[in-house]
Amino acid sequence: MTPFKTVTGLVALLDRVNVDTDQIIPKQFLKRVERSGFGQFLFDDWRKCSDGSPNPDFMLNRSRYRGAQVLLTRENFGCGSSREHAVWALQDYGFTVILSSSFADIFKTNSSKNGLLTVELAKAVIDEWFQRAMNQEGYRITVDLKTQTLTGSDNFSCSFEIDPYHRRCLLEGLDEIGLTLEYESAIAAYERTHGEPWQAVVSHTAG
Amino acid sequence: MMEKPGQPTLLYIDRHLVHEVTSPQAFEGLRLAGRKVRCPDLTFATIDHNVPTTDRWVLIQDPIAAKQVMSLRENCKKFGITLYDLDSARQGIVHVIGPELGITLPGLTIVCGDSHTSTHGAFGSLAFGIGTSEVEHVLATQCLPQSKPKTMAVRLNGQRAWGVTPKDLILGVIGRIGVSGGTGYIIEYCGTAVKDLSMEGRMTVCNMSIECGARAGMIAPDEKTFHYLEDRPLAPKGRDFERAVTYWKTLPSDADARFDREVTFDISAFAPQVTWGTNPGQVVEATRCVPDPKDFSDETHRHAAERALEYMALKPGLPIQEIRVDRVFIGSCTNARLEDLRAAASVIRGKRIASSVKSMVVPGSQRVKAQAEAEGLDKIFKAAGFEWRESGCSMCLGMNSDILQPGERCASTSNRNFEGRQGRGGRTHLVSPVMAAAAAITGHFVDVREWFAQGQIAAEVF
Repeated sequence: MTPFKTVTGLVALLDRVNVDTDQIIPKQFLKRVERSGFGQFLFDDWRKCSDGSPNPDFMLNRSRYRGAQVLLTRENFGCGSSREHAVWALQDYGFTVILSSSFADIFKTNSSKNGLLTVELAKAVIDEWFQRAMNQEGYRITVDLKTQTLTGSDNFSCSFEIDPYHRRCLLEGLDEIGLTLEYESAIAAYERTHGEPWQAVVSHTAG
Repeated sequence: MMEKPGQPTLLYIDRHLVHEVTSPQAFEGLRLAGRKVRCPDLTFATIDHNVPTTDRWVLIQDPIAAKQVMSLRENCKKFGITLYDLDSARQGIVHVIGPELGITLPGLTIVCGDSHTSTHGAFGSLAFGIGTSEVEHVLATQCLPQSKPKTMAVRLNGQRAWGVTPKDLILGVIGRIGVSGGTGYIIEYCGTAVKDLSMEGRMTVCNMSIECGARAGMIAPDEKTFHYLEDRPLAPKGRDFERAVTYWKTLPSDADARFDREVTFDISAFAPQVTWGTNPGQVVEATRCVPDPKDFSDETHRHAAERALEYMALKPGLPIQEIRVDRVFIGSCTNARLEDLRAAASVIRGKRIASSVKSMVVPGSQRVKAQAEAEGLDKIFKAAGFEWRESGCSMCLGMNSDILQPGERCASTSNRNFEGRQGRGGRTHLVSPVMAAAAAITGHFVDVREWFAQGQIAAEVF
């Protein structure tokens, strides 16, 4: 995973609650066996009209949000399916940070495994950022994970909380699988001492 | 397995279930890093999400879907993983086959790259959905770092009326606590109404835990659990089974256990549920009307309700029973087990579906399909005008060709009514199998309890 660096990014607004992963990346695009190339399908049903042309009403199609890196949205973002393709699509499109008052659990975990920073803020603070970003075209936010602060281009600023372990993983770009593999002898010892007969699988064959 | 200060707990994973959609990138990650699958014998794969439910023996037409299926076959072969392929009598939706094969057992940790892994919690196992990076982590290490979640008790007491099914209980709960009411929690379902549920009913309830945001939902194992598991192909046998039961009996929470949050509902007053919006929390009793967004006090939720009604093409105040449907789908990991099919069949026996409705039944697994056919359920469905299909996820998420056309309205026994979930522009109403079956007959929703009251359906179904 690439270490997370401080970013100053254009803010795009998605003023909806409960945005589910079926909207972020519709199922017809989950058949690919690669991790890349999902950005073109991000929010596909919302971004495109039924004839495939861009939907002028959808925010990501507005010229003022072209090149946005920070997505500002509402509560329970990423609910529903566990598809990690949702995170890959957001990143491939160009987003590096998502700000919301809450995230679904699996989406949040998937994000942290890929270096996509999810920042949770109180609803009133999210409202404040919405106001400021809406009123000023080209509004940018600087996201500093080391100091855990957000600073807008009008110098409005706030701090945010993040789990220290996740913060470290993001900042150092840690290979978590590599970390766990360092405990190989402990895992093997656990398997020797804790295995009840039924925990190991009874002999099985493909039926 | 291990706790270190400042780090998430490292859990040992007892069973890892794998399917074709969320695994290819994980296997690719292993290959790139030169890693192996640590415990192929604890890993089980099947093909369910994108497969056709029509003819098993023709090649998958969609070349990208076919490539995904081929990838899983190659990966299972290369890494020595058991695969229940399309020609296997054990193939089916991953959350249906886990329990029916005895892969799922009480007290185990179970993960799968699918959010409905919460289903397996019905056996008192800790089971939750994970993303592809975590799939790779488990494949490589058989462990998973996890932060400890909060705990919630959902206590359901009272007696279910005829026609009020496990699906109605969980939809009723989600409607009351909201689609993010369980976020950050693991739910334990308890109370007399949960005890009364069959194992299949418990699976339906646990399955939809994720629809209120809880990664896992569980129910204390009891005699019903042990009875269900006895003689399952991969469950322990003989003396091992007896020893296992002795251990499983120690698993239930203490009577005075404290939870971070507790909610209690008397389900005697619950009625059959029908969703009206675009998330499972937007749900109402079949006896009522489509709600008016004006009645929502919170502005954000009012806007969400307005948007949902616009998408669903519904007017506030319309009685639920006046909503007409074009399609009926009986299937999915929520409601495609034998009891679900029996219940639906009891409603349609001797009747014909409305001429305007296209209906299909997709059994949850090949075993469920075979059992249903042995009981003659397929004949009842076909005689009524239903299509009888091969097992798979099918129209629950529409990754294969089983999709709604734009504007079509569907009574569905699945778990998600998100915009476009069953096909772009499709409109989904989540209901129980008996409610779906009744809607197929009349062409609109009904309160199925009235059919019981009129003696149209045999009471012993429930």
